[in-house]
Amino acid sequence: MSLQLVFDALSLGGIYAIAALGIALIFGVMKLVNFAHGQFIAFAVFALIVPSANAVATLGIGALPAPLLITLVLAIGAGLAVLAERLVFRPLRDASPVSLMVASFALGVMLQNLLLVTYGGRPKAVSLWAGLGAPVPVLTAQVPLLQLIVIGAVAAILAGLALMLKRTRIGLEMRAAAEDFGMARLLGVKANVVISGAFALSGALAAVVALVLVAQTGVADVRMGGQIMLVAFIATVVGGMGSLPGAVAAGLLIGAASALLQAFLPPEARPFRDAFLYGLVILVLLARPQGLFAPAGAKPRV
Amino acid sequence: MTTQHQIRRRAAATTPVLLILVLLAFVLLVLTFGDRSTARMATDALISVTLVVGFWIFAGNSGVISFGHAAFACVGAYVSAWTTLRPAMKTMLLPGLPAWLAQAEWPVFAAALAGGAVAALLALVTGAAILRLSGIAASIATFAFLAMVNAIWSNWTPVTGGTSSVVGLARYVGPWVALGWAAAAILVAALYAHSASGLALRATREDEVAAAASGIDTFRHRLLAYALSAFFCGVGGALMGHAIGVINPDAYYLSLTFVMLAMLVTGGIGSLSGAVVGVVAVTLAGEALLTLEHGVTLAGVPVSLPPGSQQILIALAMILVLVFRPAGLLAGREIALPVRWVGGRRTDSN
Repeated sequence: MSLQLVFDALSLGGIYAIAALGIALIFGVMKLVNFAHGQFIAFAVFALIVPSANAVATLGIGALPAPLLITLVLAIGAGLAVLAERLVFRPLRDASPVSLMVASFALGVMLQNLLLVTYGGRPKAVSLWAGLGAPVPVLTAQVPLLQLIVIGAVAAILAGLALMLKRTRIGLEMRAAAEDFGMARLLGVKANVVISGAFALSGALAAVVALVLVAQTGVADVRMGGQIMLVAFIATVVGGMGSLPGAVAAGLLIGAASALLQAFLPPEARPFRDAFLYGLVILVLLARPQGLFAPAGAKPRV
Repeated sequence: MTTQHQIRRRAAATTPVLLILVLLAFVLLVLTFGDRSTARMATDALISVTLVVGFWIFAGNSGVISFGHAAFACVGAYVSAWTTLRPAMKTMLLPGLPAWLAQAEWPVFAAALAGGAVAALLALVTGAAILRLSGIAASIATFAFLAMVNAIWSNWTPVTGGTSSVVGLARYVGPWVALGWAAAAILVAALYAHSASGLALRATREDEVAAAASGIDTFRHRLLAYALSAFFCGVGGALMGHAIGVINPDAYYLSLTFVMLAMLVTGGIGSLSGAVVGVVAVTLAGEALLTLEHGVTLAGVPVSLPPGSQQILIALAMILVLVFRPAGLLAGREIALPVRWVGGRRTDSN
């Protein structure tokens, strides 16, 4: 039982961490809180299936062999994000963070309605990699294979991203841009490259979340990115706006708290799990309004 | 002797009067020349004025965008439903209500006030936590608050009816009732914006650090504006329910949040007139697009937009406004009589 809980917490927290990273990366380089991220996720989900209003979806890209499928969906996620940057956020580059946030919200509504027009409003059944639900014995627990894959994939992505940010030139430039964008540009960092790079990464991470969501739930729903985006937002605030390790840590924490609440709340209170979760978050923020891992210099000095 | 300052204040005081007169003319025009459906549209637009002006009291003066105001509308609507529905109806639809509430049959005006008051109280409690965060983080927290209220309202079935609709609300809201509340919202918003607290809040909007250095307690003024603005959003939510007679939690969720934001951003978040103009602009554009979706005949050729394009085009228009006219249609200006009209001749003391 308790070992099972550890796996639940890790896989849920891992997904939250990946989503939170997608938000935090973009916030880091251009102070944009991307309210369209949930729709990036939904878009990647629907990219798997052939457009139609039927209740059971026909797989398009989703029927390809896994390596090809994963590459293609990640590319679609990244491409959509880069396109959004080029068309919507580049003209707004000098706008205030508030305008950027409102614009991303409008973009999200637009994408959602585009999906609604193309695919219809009803949730669709999608059978992607149905075999992954099979339980695998791990020590004393029975863990679905998918959970193990998710945990492994999250660990690999986090490690890869950390290496990229620490060791490569573009990673260095991204961190420099997150620190002080104006200064970084003066020192020869190309703004367009860094920002497009951050958007591409963020879109690819959204596609990862999309694949896991579809494999887990077997459903494609226009609204499916919304809840996870919200958790990701909360993770970036709890972690301290602008801190990538903070976002990851807070994503894992929220996943763990969520799994614990699900396990230990009395059954009649379970539908309100998310309400309890957000309540907890508000308590944390009351104690530390700047977040748990706020970067130094996040607060203007008087 | 009339000082320059007094003349400017007098000119500023004409703003709410002019706005209310414009809305009054709008109602008279619609009632004289329009039919039932245009009267409906006018009612909806005036309710939106109440909601968006309420929203502006906080967002416009503080510069902090809130995504949570649809939740206040939700609370206001349900409080009004709880207090006005017939008791027989409530025992059937909402068996979980406490006895005193199940028996309550309040007059509709008192119920609307109660809806606003409960929303304001909720804003005080949640705002006390949320508004301690910095601007952007506070926006995100209001979004979490919206989701929290929606989660509770969709699952607390014995008390809220869950995701199924609550029906049978008295449909007392027409153009005149909606105009009355819209006017009240505009008056209070103008009074607040020119009060000491409103001015202090605007100072924090322009430069938070400098305002703090001048001894302004940002948190206190934000909280006051938040509660006041929640009051009118609560009332607006109640009016929405009593205009169509049916409420359910999803009517007060993301799409309402989006419409309110679109209206405020289009008109211009910087001024009260911008909020009102934005409501009018988005309502008219929405109606026009809806007509196009149903199909019209242009020079003998039937033209129609694919269904669902209304929202897409409004969202697109909102992005275009942000890119090409970031301060909105009115760009922070107020509609007011020119200073020389209200000032008369300036008299010098000897």
